[in-house]
Amino acid sequence: MALRPEQAKALIEMVMGTRDQEMTCDECVADIAEFVEVQLTGKPVSEALQAVQEHLDRCHDCTDEYHVLRQALDALAEEDGR
Amino acid sequence: MRAPRENAIWMHDLRACGLVQAEAITDLRGLLLRGLAKSFQARGDIDQAFLEDVVQQALGHILDHLDQFQGRSRFTTWAMAITVRLAMSALRRKRWQDVSLESMTEPIERALALDRDDTTSPAQHAEQHAIVETLRRLIEEALTDTQWMAMTAELGGMPLEEIARRMGSNVNAVYKLLHDARKRLKHGLETAGYTAEDVRSAFA
Repeated sequence: MALRPEQAKALIEMVMGTRDQEMTCDECVADIAEFVEVQLTGKPVSEALQAVQEHLDRCHDCTDEYHVLRQALDALAEEDGR
Repeated sequence: MRAPRENAIWMHDLRACGLVQAEAITDLRGLLLRGLAKSFQARGDIDQAFLEDVVQQALGHILDHLDQFQGRSRFTTWAMAITVRLAMSALRRKRWQDVSLESMTEPIERALALDRDDTTSPAQHAEQHAIVETLRRLIEEALTDTQWMAMTAELGGMPLEEIARRMGSNVNAVYKLLHDARKRLKHGLETAGYTAEDVRSAFA
């Protein structure tokens, strides 16, 4: 399976975007509820929660969960008339 | 319909006994089911039985771990996050159940054989090729077989949870394994003189 140029680019950009310290998935899970609520308010994310965004930028699994959680919360907010 | 509970009331009611607790659990179950149903509405492969099963599991987990709720969000958001995680985990397991780790792994020389793109100039392709060749050398020198196996599986779309399951490990350990691999490769590329800008320019 030869790498397509966009795949090679994605791999190398992922590598070059690596930070010395990165949040793990479990750490992201611990903060995701707070993070998604801040996102829903439209307020800027605090420095402490910035690590969650950085983790989501590189972790597909956690990003998928974030989107599903957002949809669920949006639906419940609509129910409540918020 | 009662007014929405505040966090403290959720904590109190879920820790209570008898009817108070039962009502709180019923309300929470309903909320989690509605939220999950809406978020998975577009998927044709999820039925009510699956949602109810996941919510039931989530309720068990939430009730067993109430002391882990730190109050940094709404309780219902925290509970929904747990439920979503369980749902996604179950869906990933089903989706990947017949896929082995070995089937996702490519020998380095095949995985990093860069396809020629007709829109790329010979000079640009040469630059891309040089970067990829450097990466190949670094992978061979700096990564363990396990790291390369996990990396190709991840690039192929296999969730970390599924990689971890096949390795007899856990998600955090696999994330750290991959993070270490990326750090090694990054250090190697930088030592070879490449910057992030060089890469963007070569693959633009």
